[in-house]
Amino acid sequence: MAVKLVFLGKLADLAAASEKDVAGPLDWAGLLDALPGPLGEAVKGDKVRVAIDGVVLADKTALAAADGQEIALLPPVSGG
Amino acid sequence: MAKDVRLLSEPFNPGDLVGPFTDAHPGLGGVCTFVGEVRSDGDVEALELSHYEPLTLPGMNAVADEAIERFGLMGILIVHRVGEMRPGEPIVLVSACARHRRGAIDAVDFAMDHLKSDSWFWKREKRGGGWTWIEPREEDHSDLARWTV
Repeated sequence: MAVKLVFLGKLADLAAASEKDVAGPLDWAGLLDALPGPLGEAVKGDKVRVAIDGVVLADKTALAAADGQEIALLPPVSGG
Repeated sequence: MAKDVRLLSEPFNPGDLVGPFTDAHPGLGGVCTFVGEVRSDGDVEALELSHYEPLTLPGMNAVADEAIERFGLMGILIVHRVGEMRPGEPIVLVSACARHRRGAIDAVDFAMDHLKSDSWFWKREKRGGGWTWIEPREEDHSDLARWTV
């Protein structure tokens, strides 16, 4: 088992992938360690939200994900 | 059929959906419909909308519920495309029916502002063979802020 990271929008371009498995459990510092370079910088930015198993976190730095959970990294949206 | 919310990955014909939606609400006083299409804009070849399954449809349902409650609607239909689209193809359809016109018109405006800048979609466009992500515009956020009382 692992924690699945899902990259949305332009974050998928920065990650050069739409998904990545990392070893769990995973907290905020562990997540940033797993995302080096411009991708990590982007995820740290104010505009990127984080969801665990479909629930958006009010404070992404309080992230705590266990094996088998899915973390979505959500850049600013543009629909319609 | 008070609420009908759909995420589609294939092209759709708005007229085919609005007719049955209107027919399902006998006694309505007004129905208002907005259709957004991919704009023909210079050398834009295609538009692609991506979404995130666990959040996108639940979020659209929440917008529909809020519109029904806030504007006293008889019914609302929200249809949003994902995937790759060409200029002229419909991206989004919102139709609302109510006893009186104001509720229907305002509900469509409300739902569109929330779909543009408060729903889980990401948009990119293809020009000259290359893709560029579309950033949200300032006016999208000020449009949305109009609904915060």
